[in-house]
Amino acid sequence: MIGSIIDWLTSSASWSGADGILARLLEHIGYTLLVLVIAAVIAIPLGLWIGHTGRGRWLVTAANALRAVPTLGLLFALTLVLLPVLPGDTAFLVPSVIVLVLLAIPAILSGTYAGVEAVDPAARDAARGIGMTGVQVLVKVELPIALPLLISGLRAAVLQVVATATVAAYVGLGGLGRFLIDGLATQDYASTAGGALLVAVLALALDAPFALLERLVVSPGLTGRTRPLRPSEPNRTAPAGGST
Amino acid sequence: MIRLDGVTKQYPDGTVAVDDLSLTAPDRAITVLVGPSGCGKTTTLRMINRMIEPTSGSVTIDGQDVLAMDAAQLRRGIGYVIQHGGLFPHHTVERNVAAVPLLLGTPKKQAITRARELLELVGLDPALGRRYPSQLSGGQQQRVGVARALAADPPVMLMDEPFSAVDPVVREQLQDEFLRLQGELGKTIVMVTHDIDEAIKLGDHVAVLQVGGRIAQLARPAELLAHPADNFVADFLGRDRGYRALGFDSARVPLHDEPTVSLGATVSEAAARAGSDGWVLVVDDRRHPQGWARPADLPGEGSIDERALALGGTLARVDGPLRLVLDAALSSPSRRGVVIDGDGALAGTCRATEVLSVIETRERPSDPGDPISHPAS
Repeated sequence: MIGSIIDWLTSSASWSGADGILARLLEHIGYTLLVLVIAAVIAIPLGLWIGHTGRGRWLVTAANALRAVPTLGLLFALTLVLLPVLPGDTAFLVPSVIVLVLLAIPAILSGTYAGVEAVDPAARDAARGIGMTGVQVLVKVELPIALPLLISGLRAAVLQVVATATVAAYVGLGGLGRFLIDGLATQDYASTAGGALLVAVLALALDAPFALLERLVVSPGLTGRTRPLRPSEPNRTAPAGGST
Repeated sequence: MIRLDGVTKQYPDGTVAVDDLSLTAPDRAITVLVGPSGCGKTTTLRMINRMIEPTSGSVTIDGQDVLAMDAAQLRRGIGYVIQHGGLFPHHTVERNVAAVPLLLGTPKKQAITRARELLELVGLDPALGRRYPSQLSGGQQQRVGVARALAADPPVMLMDEPFSAVDPVVREQLQDEFLRLQGELGKTIVMVTHDIDEAIKLGDHVAVLQVGGRIAQLARPAELLAHPADNFVADFLGRDRGYRALGFDSARVPLHDEPTVSLGATVSEAAARAGSDGWVLVVDDRRHPQGWARPADLPGEGSIDERALALGGTLARVDGPLRLVLDAALSSPSRRGVVIDGDGALAGTCRATEVLSVIETRERPSDPGDPISHPAS
């Protein structure tokens, strides 16, 4: 069994061509990035706004409730609704992207919101008190301090989206999900297991640049990288419910 | 001059935090708002820089109506110090101090240079500027908070419990340095504290507020201690009022020459100089008092070294407040209070009974009413 998986993963035939591993890998990365960008554009500004104003906290709760929606069921339902409306492949792509965006939003939204919420009220008060405008407080104080939790949210979202983007294959799209579904259909278990392995490896590989990003953009004053952490300091934790 | 006139803050739920409060904080003086929690002192302070908008009444700084100014612009011109410092954890210490000048458009290099000067001014090593706030102690963070408030050299400063988050020893040190700094800088300061001792120590004027946001009494500290306006103020001032009031009264007390021996003298020399009670004052070669010794208790062969000294006594300066002079007498092992001159050298000793005689001849501080201009309320 393991031997056949290794054979499948190492044979040049399975890597080349329009339905080879390389092409599917790139499709998978493409879906993931597209979904992440859309989800981030929606969730980060929203999370910042909720954290900054303290208004609309119910949106975070509502978004978290979205996690309970079964992805596959929603995907089929959306595809049925949109199939007659949208032309060609977009009729399959759009529902897949919507489903994955809905999956990614809760992690990013709660990470961003929790990051802003966790800003020491004294720092926020001082920022206003020394004469920062509302926007300056957000950009110069709240956002930089929220970054560790915000990035944690992004990382959680990446893992979930990479893992779940396999469902796109159910509605006839590409990505690594093809190997799982086609492998099951043709009883080619080497391809199924190999595909699953590739998804896991991709998830880890995509996490690495975010870890690097975190090191680059988060102030050492927040991470305690300048010296050993003291117990009194808040640890960086993943936002609630982020499944990884 | 900061002037609050008939200022009221009522919240939408009907709670009145501050009720028709009028107060003038004179230039170059420290005005302290003190009172129990819920008395509206912080609300009052925060209405001066519009962190809270008054429901009615007017607030002016040097005649300018703050309500007519842009809030952010207004705040950039007012130093603001809060409990725990409120430093930005993601910025280095010097970046924190430079925050206001940077907001005002000062070039970064210049702002950072100025920040390092300010760190020195508040008693910190400028090398700490490269660190982050989480690497500093609470007392150091509080100093950085003061440095940040001073960075743009504002004429007016608002301070909300600036020294309450640190332990008593550090607090006292910060208070002393703050008074020294204020002596140099002469800012117009309004400060909030819940600690009446801090109010009395730091305030030129002290406003005691009571729950409901009304001023129970506005007076100089000595007047407050001598003439509490009502039972609430008297209770809030607490015990030892008569003794604490002596802290604001300086008078010459009769001094007596005191025989001394130098540190290192032999015990027999010391015994020859000791008074009838057996105690002799030990000084160093600059005549700075070191402590008391009783040669009769020491082995006859030895010399007077540091271990031989009884150290319980406090020192009072010739021109110091009577409280310290009396304390010097009360705390001295020989019952003779050691008084020093401005250079720290021995001036003479005093006796508690004589200090008390001086106190009895002193007038109590004047009745309230005249000294502080109190806007009609």
